[in-house]
Amino acid sequence: MDASSLSPVLDPILARWGRTPDRLLQVLREAQDATGWLSPELLAATARSLGLPLAHVRGVASFYSFLALEPAGEYRVLLSDGVTDRMDGSLELGERLCRRLWAEPDHTAGDGLVSVRRTSCTGLCDQGPAALVNGIAIPRLDGRVVDAIADLILARRPLDTWPVDLFSIPTNVRREDVLLRHGLSPGVAIAAALARNGAAPAGMIAELRASGLRGRGGAGYPTGNKWASCEAAPGESRYIVCNADEGEPGTFKDRVLLAREADLVFEGMTLAGHAVGATRGLLYLRGEYRYLLDSLEATLARRRAAGLLGATAGGGPAFDVEIHVGAGAYICGEETALLESLEGKRGIPRNRPPYPVTHGYLGRPTVVDNVETLCAAALIAVHGAVAWRRLGTTQSSGTKLLSVAGDCTRRGVYEFPFGVTVREVLEAAGADDPIAVQVGGPSGTLIDCAEFERHLSFEDLPTGGAFTVFGRGRDLFEVARQHVHFFAHESCGFCTPCRVGTSMLASVMDKIHDGHGSRHELAELDRLTSVLGNGAHCGLGHTAMNPVRDTITRFAPSYERRLASADFAPAFDLDAALAPARRMTGRDDPASHLGDAS
Amino acid sequence: MTVPARPRVRLATTSLAGCFGCHMSLLDIDEKLLPLLELVEFDRSPLTDIKHCGPCDIGLIEGGVCNAENVHVLREFRANCRVLIALGACAITGGLPAQRNHLDLGLCLQEVYLTEPSLSRGGIPNDPELPLPLDKVHPLHEIVRVDYYIPGCPPSAEAIWQVLTDLIAGRLPQLPERLVRYD
Repeated sequence: MDASSLSPVLDPILARWGRTPDRLLQVLREAQDATGWLSPELLAATARSLGLPLAHVRGVASFYSFLALEPAGEYRVLLSDGVTDRMDGSLELGERLCRRLWAEPDHTAGDGLVSVRRTSCTGLCDQGPAALVNGIAIPRLDGRVVDAIADLILARRPLDTWPVDLFSIPTNVRREDVLLRHGLSPGVAIAAALARNGAAPAGMIAELRASGLRGRGGAGYPTGNKWASCEAAPGESRYIVCNADEGEPGTFKDRVLLAREADLVFEGMTLAGHAVGATRGLLYLRGEYRYLLDSLEATLARRRAAGLLGATAGGGPAFDVEIHVGAGAYICGEETALLESLEGKRGIPRNRPPYPVTHGYLGRPTVVDNVETLCAAALIAVHGAVAWRRLGTTQSSGTKLLSVAGDCTRRGVYEFPFGVTVREVLEAAGADDPIAVQVGGPSGTLIDCAEFERHLSFEDLPTGGAFTVFGRGRDLFEVARQHVHFFAHESCGFCTPCRVGTSMLASVMDKIHDGHGSRHELAELDRLTSVLGNGAHCGLGHTAMNPVRDTITRFAPSYERRLASADFAPAFDLDAALAPARRMTGRDDPASHLGDAS
Repeated sequence: MTVPARPRVRLATTSLAGCFGCHMSLLDIDEKLLPLLELVEFDRSPLTDIKHCGPCDIGLIEGGVCNAENVHVLREFRANCRVLIALGACAITGGLPAQRNHLDLGLCLQEVYLTEPSLSRGGIPNDPELPLPLDKVHPLHEIVRVDYYIPGCPPSAEAIWQVLTDLIAGRLPQLPERLVRYD
């Protein structure tokens, strides 16, 4: 495509995003939606239009795994490769799809018709295996669905004419508590917060502090303190960022909130804006949830029309929300990487401190809160701190949404008060014979059946929401190995301990898997734990070892039975390494072979 | 009470796919060779011409592993040395010889011994006396367990001295930044 034919595509996109460099990622994402991939000409035209160096534009485009720098086909199929997807048979279904399409994985086949690749967990663990076709999610793959997808692609049916039931994604809410049955009409929480702000100087923030609400993304920082710091930070403009980049494998409760409770999310953002003095909010939607964008935009439009956003948002000061969509990078769930991504850059975590509350989006004071946190703040605005504190434990007030998936009969979202035991959740979910639960995803904690009486709370087992059940017969070594590959893939590459360390971790786990492991590899895993824990720049590296650490302490036999007995064994067959030379020299004498070390 | 005279430490050294530059660096400790000889006794080494390694305390190996003989020698060292040290860039990463890893060995042999007019007399050597090359050059730690690494191309005499004297004194070897900084 030459430069002149690009402007009809690019100009409207640039016009919509205001031609500013910090919208680069959004421009690239939409340009790819329009043209299928990001050609060198398109990157050059984008760079020129935004006044950016081409190297910067290429750097951003190459960072995000959903952006294609080579033709990726008219139909781009990404198969979700989470642990639960594999438990549900995603690998076999992927092979079946490739066979039907005459496609090879990771290659564009059929004269540019289709490519089939794997992608990290897409957050449809309760209804997997899942896939994204041109960015739109399709849940519950089975043989029949896969064949139907293949037929539609081979018939070149446009995606918007595919049967709608392929794309239907129920919310699967299994247990409701105060949050999921809030029953609040739009505007009620904003009005309640404004009344609180009017009544006392610290108003809503004081109420939030009194409620003991802690961040629901996993880290558990007290939300009231965060808002107070942002409000007190010097700066002429402030921002509210909603972190909807729910990337932790096994987590999908934010998807359900965004699909079912979008008003409550925006309500929380608006009253946060009023509390800290911010007039703009940004919601960063994970690329995998692109299919929710239209309904979210519709909710925003409805709220603007109702006067709940805009010049006098819900009767208070001005506030409005803009939605940015990510492009397939787990690391952007880390708040400072997310801010970089919102600014149109590669998602590389910043140094902290300074924290986003003083130096956030565009260097301005910014509150970055999880979707669920903002919903909880809206509830607290209406019902007050005392009511909130009645639920949960001393240090973990309120309820928590859990994304329950894996080996259980009732997968879905459960809202439980904090302090619930693992066993209670397992029983509610119909897990018959669980041997382990991963609480909080691969970067959280994996526990075995001796620990099912433990409590989900910041005091005992903190969680961002993932609750993945492993039943009898599941191989926990394989689970850990898959997670380690996930971290190696998702490392942003900025710091060496993480970039190299996660890859070394993956190759050590592969070596053990291939039956070449020894005690030496177990010691090596131990050493890498401390390198990553002490040397990595951000939480991704610090927690990348967790799946290995937890499975090796609780499921050591799943490692030990794979070990070769030797003190050390190479990862490859030494005798086979001599085969090319044997062939070229025609030798087969004893000296031309290598046996075992003994 | 008198401290019993400590027996000298037995040290073996060898060069696999290396250039002996690391051994030259070992000799570069100059006048410290004399105190070193008070501390150590050389077993198999190019310096002694002993052909096979006996039980040793420390094995020092330069060069990567490029052929079957390298594998045998490396295994002999691992079986006999309590502590095995990879000495220099080639032992640690494969180094310069590993530049051939992106070429196909068969095509390489064909080019050198069959196609290239100036060299191709007599075909590909196949004498059983000659060790067969591996398809790729490997660092030591991919074939056997390695205990310590001394980086550098070559490591400085001072770095080698530091590690050896640390080990002999029973300390965990520590290389200060100035000994591993090359720019």
